[in-house]
Amino acid sequence: MIRFRKGDGERSGLFTRRALLLGGTQLTLMSALAGRLYQLQILESQRFSTLAEENRVNVRLLAPARGLIFDRTGQPLAINRNNFRVMLASDRGRGAEVVIERLDQILNLGEADRGRLLRELRRSRNFQPAVVRENLGWEEVSRIEFNAPDLPGVFIDIGQTRDYPDGDLTSHIVGYTGRVSDDDLAGRDDPLLQLPTMRFGKKGVERSLEDDLRGKAGAVQVEVNAVGRIVRELDRTEGQPGDNVLLTIDLDLQRFANDRLQAQQANSEHKSGTVVVMDIVTGDILAMVSEPGFDPNVFARGISQTEWKELLDDPAHPLNNKAIAGVYPPGSTYKVAVALAALESGAIDAGTILSCPGFIELGNIKFHCWWKGGHGGLNVVGGISNSCDCFFYQAAQRTGVDKIGEMAAKLGFGQVSALGLPGEAPGNQPSRSWKQDKYSVPWQQGDTFNLGIGQGYMTATPLQLAIMTARIANGGYDVQPNLLLAKAAPREELAPPSPRLKTSASSLRIDPRHIALVQEGMNQVINSPSGTAAQLRLDADNKPIDPAFHFAAKTGTAQVKRITERERAMGITQEQLPWHLRHHALFVCFGPIDNPRYACAVVVEHGMAGGATAGPIGRDVLLETMKRDPSRRVDRFRKTASL
Amino acid sequence: MTSLSLGAPAAIGFGEKIWRINWGLVLVLTLIAGIGSVALYSAAGGHFEPWAAKHAMRYGIALGLMLVVALVHPKVWLSLAWPLYIASLLLLVAVDIAGKIGMGAQRWLVIGPMQIQPSEIAKVAVILVLARYYHGLNREQAGRFLYTLPPLVVILAPVGLVMVQPDLGTAMMVMLGGAALLFVAGVRLWMFLGAAVCAVGCLPVALSFMHEYQRKRVLTFLDPDRDPLGAGYHITQSKIAIGSGGLFGKGFLHGTQSSLNFLPEKQTDFIFTTFVEEWGMVGACVLLALFALVLIWGFSIALRSQHHFGRLVALGVTAMMFLYVFINTAMVMGLLPVVGVPLPLVSNGGTAMVSVMFACGLMVGVNVYRDAQLPLAR
Repeated sequence: MIRFRKGDGERSGLFTRRALLLGGTQLTLMSALAGRLYQLQILESQRFSTLAEENRVNVRLLAPARGLIFDRTGQPLAINRNNFRVMLASDRGRGAEVVIERLDQILNLGEADRGRLLRELRRSRNFQPAVVRENLGWEEVSRIEFNAPDLPGVFIDIGQTRDYPDGDLTSHIVGYTGRVSDDDLAGRDDPLLQLPTMRFGKKGVERSLEDDLRGKAGAVQVEVNAVGRIVRELDRTEGQPGDNVLLTIDLDLQRFANDRLQAQQANSEHKSGTVVVMDIVTGDILAMVSEPGFDPNVFARGISQTEWKELLDDPAHPLNNKAIAGVYPPGSTYKVAVALAALESGAIDAGTILSCPGFIELGNIKFHCWWKGGHGGLNVVGGISNSCDCFFYQAAQRTGVDKIGEMAAKLGFGQVSALGLPGEAPGNQPSRSWKQDKYSVPWQQGDTFNLGIGQGYMTATPLQLAIMTARIANGGYDVQPNLLLAKAAPREELAPPSPRLKTSASSLRIDPRHIALVQEGMNQVINSPSGTAAQLRLDADNKPIDPAFHFAAKTGTAQVKRITERERAMGITQEQLPWHLRHHALFVCFGPIDNPRYACAVVVEHGMAGGATAGPIGRDVLLETMKRDPSRRVDRFRKTASL
Repeated sequence: MTSLSLGAPAAIGFGEKIWRINWGLVLVLTLIAGIGSVALYSAAGGHFEPWAAKHAMRYGIALGLMLVVALVHPKVWLSLAWPLYIASLLLLVAVDIAGKIGMGAQRWLVIGPMQIQPSEIAKVAVILVLARYYHGLNREQAGRFLYTLPPLVVILAPVGLVMVQPDLGTAMMVMLGGAALLFVAGVRLWMFLGAAVCAVGCLPVALSFMHEYQRKRVLTFLDPDRDPLGAGYHITQSKIAIGSGGLFGKGFLHGTQSSLNFLPEKQTDFIFTTFVEEWGMVGACVLLALFALVLIWGFSIALRSQHHFGRLVALGVTAMMFLYVFINTAMVMGLLPVVGVPLPLVSNGGTAMVSVMFACGLMVGVNVYRDAQLPLAR
């Protein structure tokens, strides 16, 4: 049989050889595939399993509810309310442009927001979502939900936003929260702070009690798909809400002081001033008003450029907490510190009489007394009650700048207090070395004269004036201002502590007889016919004050600008000067005289005369405080619904 | 009697033809397609829709086609080789023109309800034409350089047209498949060496002619970590899926990478990954072994064929099958750049299934008509 064509044998032989070669090659390559499988699935399996888990499992932190803030009577100062917000998750921005474009059509995002979103998404790892828009209304929420199929990675989230029911009344005490900044992160490794929705205390108590109010993060482990949509929840640990706090502030008193401060300046071009009320036994700050305030809710919902600029450009500086950050020459209010220093140093005693001819000459410079005719001879009580400048020029000269500085430091000047609020200024208590360092000029006699009446280089905050008054009123105890009355975890009882009648502060080691002399001088400021604020014996309705509420005080009028001899000769009055050049009006007081409990300091910026402008405010606020007696009466505490 | 048996072998009966069909091979192919359905069921998150059910149905139809093709006498294919080839070239040109108009890659031609991928027809047509060509040459002629030029043109014409689409994977397959045929047909080895040297020399030129996304894919293949979220994403995620499968896999329907959509193209080019993530190295080896069985069957059919046309067709189909499997699996395992080559009978998609089963039909036909006498047509 001829089965094969001629020559087929030859080529079939070649075919067979080469086919077998080809087959061999193919089998070799197939085994290479098996080898690759071995490498991936056996040798590197562990690594790839980890990577697959990282892909799939996403740990998301749950922001705890921020602690609530109440005043000492249980009225809410800062609470949380629900906030619907749109979130967008994507794998480092993959495909986010399209979604953002669609969101823009629905929500009108604007150029800046679109850019921010894309940046945040590209930066974030593991589908950490970014906030598209907060504080949505129902209509917007439903529009997003309706378009959900076209918006991969978009979801609605219920968060919480801070709400300050009394807005600008407590803005400087409570402060506000904002997005976490890099500075806030420094020294804190709480992973919560990485959450894009997290808010951080920026000012006031929100800042100083930040670590108490924040709470602890919860975490939820979720399985996500490639576009970041959550497929199911794997595990959840609830976080712990922040502590709730009671502040020492008495909201009603705060409101009274605020209204009183505003009313006094009703005719002024700008309204700018501050009132601090302090418990001299516990140091509790019962009211701390800085006028004007601002609305912290604007910050909670996100402040606009124009709103921010308006606040910054206001000549009355609403963002500035003048009670702790405003520094003023203390003027005559400082004389009580000088008197105490002179007595303690032995430069004068109770009987020392210093004469006042209307001015004192030092070299060729005349140092005037405010009372041109001169007070004649005065002892220390008379010096204080008449606020005689000449008396204190001489007392200061006898005491010397060093001894005055020692006493001033005991009374709290030149240093930041233990209050803890951010932004507190130390003021300036000048000394020999300070002047040498600052101006490279030695301390002069004239500087001591100026220091004796609280002028020149001397500056202090209203809080420091309140502290000084409190330490004199409580008989020389190192009481420190305090804003936190009570703190409790969310499920624990939050109530004010039982009233304290004795101070726990340490003694400043000042002779009680000397303190009694200064107190008597301050008593006569009000309660002696020759006192500089004798008109304040009567209350606002010109009726005599209940003897149980009699109080002591010291007025002060601080020069903003030096009065030139020419002005003195021309007899230019304060009213003729522009607002920003007028004197500051200061007033410190404490009461009741028989058993002191409360101290109060008032500064009215450019209020011209301490006794006339600041005095009535101080009197009314102090009377109101004594009537309410917030430190001893806890029965006014009410648990509110949100507690 | 003698003259009869001398002139031509007795025509075989229908029963004999059926008997000669490689039913074992059919079983293996069916197993592979079954694995395809299982993988597609899982890729759809545990649903027959939209892929698994259609896949099984499509296989049933394609199996019928294969059996019909297997029963057609090789002389018919011998005479249809050139017309089929010319037709596929024309269709490729038509697709290129349509692509120009439609902008971007165009691989499909829609005729009524049918979608035709001309490059799939071209793959089979090139095998038939080359087999026919070398069927008419003796060994000496096959070894000559001049006789090698026409086959080169036959191979490069569709390759060029496919490259324009651009479809790098198919071009590579036609080229390598053609080269395998030339090799077994008896082209001298030095010509392959020369071609290899030329190819290496032309690589930079080719790179410069590539589309941006193709170049990116090639570069990313060389170093997938340099852009883990861009072009390297596919390879990285696929390797994670395969690697995390381990020896026994994550279990049926428990593949996280595919069910959570981290895998791209999980139902088409990356179906192997989907399967291997859930069935592990064991599953992968079973699947590869099934394909290896197909290849072995192909070789044995080629070696047993009494006519050169049959040998070359069977081997050409085997080479095509191998290239499909190798390029696809090597690609998803990060051994080759990402080119669009499906895994035959497993990936979702109709045209590839039909063309592969058609080719298998040709191969089985070679076995059925292994002792047929074919004219020495030029």
